[in-house]
Amino acid sequence: MSLVIPAPPRTGPQRLRWALQDGWTITRRDLAHRARQPLQVAIELFFPIMVVLMFGYLFGGGMLITGGGNYREFLMPGMFAMTMLFGIEATYTAIATDAARGVTDRFRAMPMASSAVVLGRSMADMLNSVLGLLVMIGCGLAVGWRWHAGAGAALAGFGLLLMLRFALLWVGIYLALLLRQPESVVALQILVWPVLFLSNAVVSPETMPGWLGVLAEANPLSATIAAVRELFGNPGWGGDSWLARNALPLATGWPVLLTAIFLPLSVRRYRRLDR
Amino acid sequence: MTEALAIRADGLRKRYGDRLALDGFDLAVPTGTVHGLLGRNGAGKTTVVRILTTLLRGDGGRAEVAGFDVARQADQVRHRIGLVGQHAALDEVLSGRRNLAMFGRLHHLPGRVADQRADELLARFGLTDSGDRPVQTYSGGMRRRLDLAASLILTPPVLFLDEPTTGLDPHGRNEVWAAVRALVGAGTTVLLTTQYLDEADQLADRICVVDAGRVIADDTPERLKALRGGDRLDVVVREADDLPAAAALLGRLGAGDVSVDRENRRAGVAVRDRIHALTELVRALDEQGVVVEDIALRRPTLDEVFLHLTAGAGSASGAGTAARVGTAARADSASGADSVDSASGTTAAGERVAPDPANRWRAPEGAR
Repeated sequence: MSLVIPAPPRTGPQRLRWALQDGWTITRRDLAHRARQPLQVAIELFFPIMVVLMFGYLFGGGMLITGGGNYREFLMPGMFAMTMLFGIEATYTAIATDAARGVTDRFRAMPMASSAVVLGRSMADMLNSVLGLLVMIGCGLAVGWRWHAGAGAALAGFGLLLMLRFALLWVGIYLALLLRQPESVVALQILVWPVLFLSNAVVSPETMPGWLGVLAEANPLSATIAAVRELFGNPGWGGDSWLARNALPLATGWPVLLTAIFLPLSVRRYRRLDR
Repeated sequence: MTEALAIRADGLRKRYGDRLALDGFDLAVPTGTVHGLLGRNGAGKTTVVRILTTLLRGDGGRAEVAGFDVARQADQVRHRIGLVGQHAALDEVLSGRRNLAMFGRLHHLPGRVADQRADELLARFGLTDSGDRPVQTYSGGMRRRLDLAASLILTPPVLFLDEPTTGLDPHGRNEVWAAVRALVGAGTTVLLTTQYLDEADQLADRICVVDAGRVIADDTPERLKALRGGDRLDVVVREADDLPAAAALLGRLGAGDVSVDRENRRAGVAVRDRIHALTELVRALDEQGVVVEDIALRRPTLDEVFLHLTAGAGSASGAGTAARVGTAARADSASGADSVDSASGTTAAGERVAPDPANRWRAPEGAR
């Protein structure tokens, strides 16, 4: 056998290069998955569109927006954030399936950087999220949503949304490594709904009973949505509460905080995936 | 000394909550041999494999694989091992070829080399034709072969197989056995865990019997089976009245104590010359006009070997098993079975038929 066995990395930059290569291999694996499952991808992309149509046209007539304005313009930032939130399910399933099937053990018994698998997963998820977001932007434009405050502000808004997704994916990775049961995604699929509804995504918190409205405003999702509405110039942003007045810093702070907690936890958990 | 050993473990300990999974586990596997770890579920076999493959940290003791410490030099160890776990660790959606190519890339082979290596391994494991199908369409045996291929990308000097045939049908099992034998021919050191004496016997040069987190015997398959008196000859008679006569004949032909199960009209004994014993028994029973319902030569089961190994009274390592034996024996007497036919305390040949608690113990239904 004339196989040349690659020497293990010795220096810091070499290690980093290996970790990035491994991460990219894992990312490509996910892309190959999606290429083999076009129907699943189509369903994944269509689902948020269905929710937009449902709220925009079925319930939308009965919705009241503080300060007035088009409900679908109010709705779309919430729907963008929803797409980012729902992405946690794909993250969870992918990681939990690998852990349950022993694929993660195989990776861990290989000379790979321990961060490569989770980094690769996050890269793949971010690529998928960009695609999901692009589809939703198309959907928004089709139902009459526009950005009114310039392209720069709009890009900043999309950046905030992706930042939220990045933070949430580490929550998903951590939960998956903790539970290691792909079936449990059902619980996640149910739990994302109260997280979504208990925010300013589809209705203004001001229309809720006082305490519930406070809870909804404190939801990290609400911070991102409020900030994005402001950046897009969509109706429904602003308000008197401290939370509403500080939407922009909160929309940056929450994802940074979540990532700072769950990224190291996930890498640590991956390293010590003991039974 | 250490260089000649591919795997070495000294006093490994591991505790999960209040359960002691490993309790001073020692192991020495010479380079180029196949070593079997034989034990029931929960004996600690998988825990040993997980520690040796750097997946798990032990609470005590130390271990070296290919000359490197598994705890302090995990990266070095990972470069030199292959692991086939209890579940086929493959990507179900991707094809066999893409799986191997992916694992090749993760081993940092250049893309083209990884693809080439994937093709080589597919050919070697007879999977070339199904190489482009998604793994989820593979049979159990194919999956395990692909799994084995995936662990051999860098031709590691040490290979760990954790119950490689559990859940496979006999055909799949034979496929895997053939693949493992081929590897061994190439000089790979293999540590294999199994619940089946049969499997360890087929593949291993040496077997460690594991119970309650430690090794209770370390020997060749032949010697282990001989411990229990080799093969066993069992006969079931139609009439209960004929049982003493059958037991007496067995006592004359056999090499050990005769076990008698009156309820099932069954008697059995360990035999040395199996074919001679069988033909003699059939002839003698026929002469005496004893109607036989069933007669069989069989290998001693793992349970019997276990029991023999753990029956040593008072030994600390056998304590857990001894308790189980006691339970089983009580269950036996409750069901009316007896180890010795009290009506004929001695056999026709004048040998005493001694009660042997080991023989009374039978594996619980469905234990295998």
